[in-house]
Amino acid sequence: MSLFMVLIGLVSCKPGGQSRIYSFIDYDTAKPHDLLNTSYSTIPVYDFDEFEKLLRVHPEKTYVVNFWATWCKPCVKEIPYFEKLQKDYRDLGVEVVLVSLDFPNRVEGQLLPFIEQQELKSQIILLDDPNQNEWIPKVDKDWSGAIPATLIFNADKREFHEKSFTFISLEAELQGFLN
Amino acid sequence: MKIARLLLMLLTFSGLYAFGPPKTINEGYSIGDLAADFTLKNVDGEMISLSDYNEAKGFLVVFTCNSCPYANAYEERIIALDRKYKMSGVPVIAINPNNPKYRPEDSFENMQTRAKDKSYSFPYLMDEKQEVYPLYGAKRTPHCFLLEKTNSGNVVRYIGAIDDNYQDATEVEVSYVENAIDSMLEGGKISIEITKAIGCSIK
Repeated sequence: MSLFMVLIGLVSCKPGGQSRIYSFIDYDTAKPHDLLNTSYSTIPVYDFDEFEKLLRVHPEKTYVVNFWATWCKPCVKEIPYFEKLQKDYRDLGVEVVLVSLDFPNRVEGQLLPFIEQQELKSQIILLDDPNQNEWIPKVDKDWSGAIPATLIFNADKREFHEKSFTFISLEAELQGFLN
Repeated sequence: MKIARLLLMLLTFSGLYAFGPPKTINEGYSIGDLAADFTLKNVDGEMISLSDYNEAKGFLVVFTCNSCPYANAYEERIIALDRKYKMSGVPVIAINPNNPKYRPEDSFENMQTRAKDKSYSFPYLMDEKQEVYPLYGAKRTPHCFLLEKTNSGNVVRYIGAIDDNYQDATEVEVSYVENAIDSMLEGGKISIEITKAIGCSIK
């Protein structure tokens, strides 16, 4: 079981068979309470206490953590921008993480089909923790809870945005972390 | 020459200052603020204001809509809150803050259909000019504002979520809104005055 977890935690396969290293997700640091599978990826399910352990800084990484859901139209609209950001900037140590807030009972019917259909390449997490008043302020004290919302952080800086992005505005925000 | 440069700098700075973003942004109401009244169209075509309710002791103003799954998850609970507290003088006033241009599901006609299908016992108003929700500081649906009617006006007593479990009403541990209304009606202190919850951003 632990070997299984370590394997999934470190390596995941794209449809093309090319392997990638994920470092934001680490099952030794934070244990998911469930794992969901698409045909080409694994999605860990976390409560906030475990998920919070992943929000740690890494000396060489910039994390772009987007809170979204398939039922949120402005969120869905900007998903391709995050995907493009992941593709364009991964070699510069940028990692995009898409944290889904989809309802657990709609995961099979909506979330997983959406991921398959869009062939999402970024790491996806399902954050399943109904006690939102407890955890929302821990992500950012000014977050009202509306999505889309995006947290960008590295060793030097941390910024939270409760708003929608265009690719240009998202890239501009990220640039501020890379210079 | 130096003076000219200094003048140029001054001009540049004053220009930046004049055209920079405003320093104060209206973040909406805080606890203890007086909430403005409004006149908005109800699904039955009537214009509704808080001042129409002579007997009310307060109001549960809920920004909600048709299109948001969180609002849908809370719909039955909003209906139950009105049923429970209207008789005690705290009716629900539901307001749809969304622009139907962006969210066709939230059109006035669709609001009418939903209110009828679900037998809403409370007004379901349209914030047609989208002026009321920014004034209150509603950020998402559903977003509740509990108001207490006093001699000086309607005082904001609670802002936030209905309870602590959107997924399952039977698993709720803290009913924030009910506790707040109960404390308000007893004349006591509201222990939790502000809560946060995930919701659909208002468009």
